[in-house]
Amino acid sequence: MRGDAASQFSREYAVPQVELSSVSKQYGNGRAILDSLTLSIAKGEFVSLVGPSGCGKSTILKLVSGLSPTTAGEIHVDGMSPENARETMSFIFQEATLLPWRTVRQNVGLGLELERVPRERRHAKVNSLLDLVGLSHVGEAYPRELSGGMKMRVSIARALATGPRLLLMDEPFAALDEISRDRLNEELLRLREEQKWTVIFVTHSVAEAVFLSTRIVVLASDPGRIHADVAVDLAYPRTAELRASPAYEQKVIEISRLLRDARSLAESGA
Amino acid sequence: MKQKIFVFLNAIGIFAALLLLWQLVIWLGHVPPFMLPSPWRVFRVIAERFSSLAESFEITATAATFGLLGSIVVGVAIALIFAQSRWVRRMFYPYTLLLQTVPIVAIAPLILMWVGAGWGAVTLIAFIICLAPIIANTTQGLISVDENLIHLFLMHNASRGQLLLKLRLRHAVPSLFVGIRISAGIAVIGAITGELFAGSTSVGRGGLGYSIIYALQQLQTDYLFALIVAATVLGFLFYFVVSFFEWYFLHKWHESARTPEVE
Ligand SMILES: Nc1ncnc2c1ncn2[C@@H]1O[C@H](COP(=O)(O)OP(=O)(O)OP(=O)(O)O)[C@@H](O)[C@H]1O
Ligand SMILES: [Mg+2]
Repeated sequence: MRGDAASQFSREYAVPQVELSSVSKQYGNGRAILDSLTLSIAKGEFVSLVGPSGCGKSTILKLVSGLSPTTAGEIHVDGMSPENARETMSFIFQEATLLPWRTVRQNVGLGLELERVPRERRHAKVNSLLDLVGLSHVGEAYPRELSGGMKMRVSIARALATGPRLLLMDEPFAALDEISRDRLNEELLRLREEQKWTVIFVTHSVAEAVFLSTRIVVLASDPGRIHADVAVDLAYPRTAELRASPAYEQKVIEISRLLRDARSLAESGA
Repeated sequence: MKQKIFVFLNAIGIFAALLLLWQLVIWLGHVPPFMLPSPWRVFRVIAERFSSLAESFEITATAATFGLLGSIVVGVAIALIFAQSRWVRRMFYPYTLLLQTVPIVAIAPLILMWVGAGWGAVTLIAFIICLAPIIANTTQGLISVDENLIHLFLMHNASRGQLLLKLRLRHAVPSLFVGIRISAGIAVIGAITGELFAGSTSVGRGGLGYSIIYALQQLQTDYLFALIVAATVLGFLFYFVVSFFEWYFLHKWHESARTPEVE
């Protein structure tokens, strides 16, 4: 299904990498979580989803990854159904979700192991990834011996091991202190320069969203829908200095205002 | 180091004080030896009849070991079935509770009737009494896997077998050990209880439980005490062996096996 020329063509040029058309979601017979949401994300975009708690951000990632089925509407990733496109994606969760009984090295190699990649290729890949995230010196350590930031790096290395083209990140740095978070943000952008994935990134931090993204989608809740869809036209590569620039601050203020609107919309019951 | 020696001396001191208290009760209360033998007499009978004591010890230890090992194998297998679906658990879980609540002394005579006296019946009783904690704890471990970890595996298109072997079973190991630790204690109790009923096919020779009954009938109270000491030692032995395996398998990664930095 993946190899033929026609679908290759359509995937690269015509079809957006991720497309949600009129997607609705309801858990069981509960209230509507998402209502007729349409969103398309092109190859190479870094899209952040921000919105009030409970508006359905995590749900969107679960739908895109096929971990949870849609109630109505369609989702295509690379022109395929989410289940079929899984090997092109990696999911990074809020907690590092490492397997505590595996060493750092074994954790990073987990995805490759599950996909039955031969041992030598796996080792080589794991080594280069540990280098990439600066954890070569703790390869044999167990997760409980690591700091929160290091665990998150392991989690990122593990996600990158299978060579994804789409990263789904659900508040990956929320549990970290601000300094580690800023550092990891910068590292993430540096890695993206090399690897060019598409990213859907959920966060509660507007500053983080602005720093990272090419585009920010502000969601309103009950039911979840798009309140604003804003391009972030700040040039890459973005470095720590960007955080002091007026253009950046301007953007943070703009998005914060939109987020406040979205929130008050929800509270007034509209 | 100094502290360790101090703790050790303390323990010895308390032990000596208890022995002294025991001796005092005999002296002051004029208790006859067939009611309560002196500590010294108990020591002597342990030395004198060491070989028969060791034989009983070995018989009971063997039954308890096989009962425990059997319950681990069968218990994990049942837990694996229980972990498959909530529906299966609802249907059959109550019966494990039954297994746990039925007093073993009540069903021991039945087992004796069905399989006949001897080591088979004793091992079976130890096995039955060990089973419930293994099933309950292992099932809990198998089903309490973090949802995100399952999602992680699904994202890599993990097979059912990979999910079971690389995630659920590994995750259940600490819980399995909780079960084994509980069962190790009661395995010894189960075997001795079994022997009280079904201990031996030849008069005068059998496990600790059988010998306790025999010593009681013969009014060999000092030997009875020696048997109690042996039973206690066996219980401790089981506990230490299980603790060792638990440490061996878990100390590298599991929180419970981490040496605490603050007490
Ligand atoms: N498995 C589930 N079953 C039932 N309801 C669910 C389930 N998962 C999420 N929900 C509900 O769906 C709504 C959206 O949840 P979701 O986790 O997507 O929100 P979120 O935007 O990620 O929130 P937060 O910012 O707090 O993480 C919530 O009201 C939640 O209660
Ligand atoms: Mg969420």
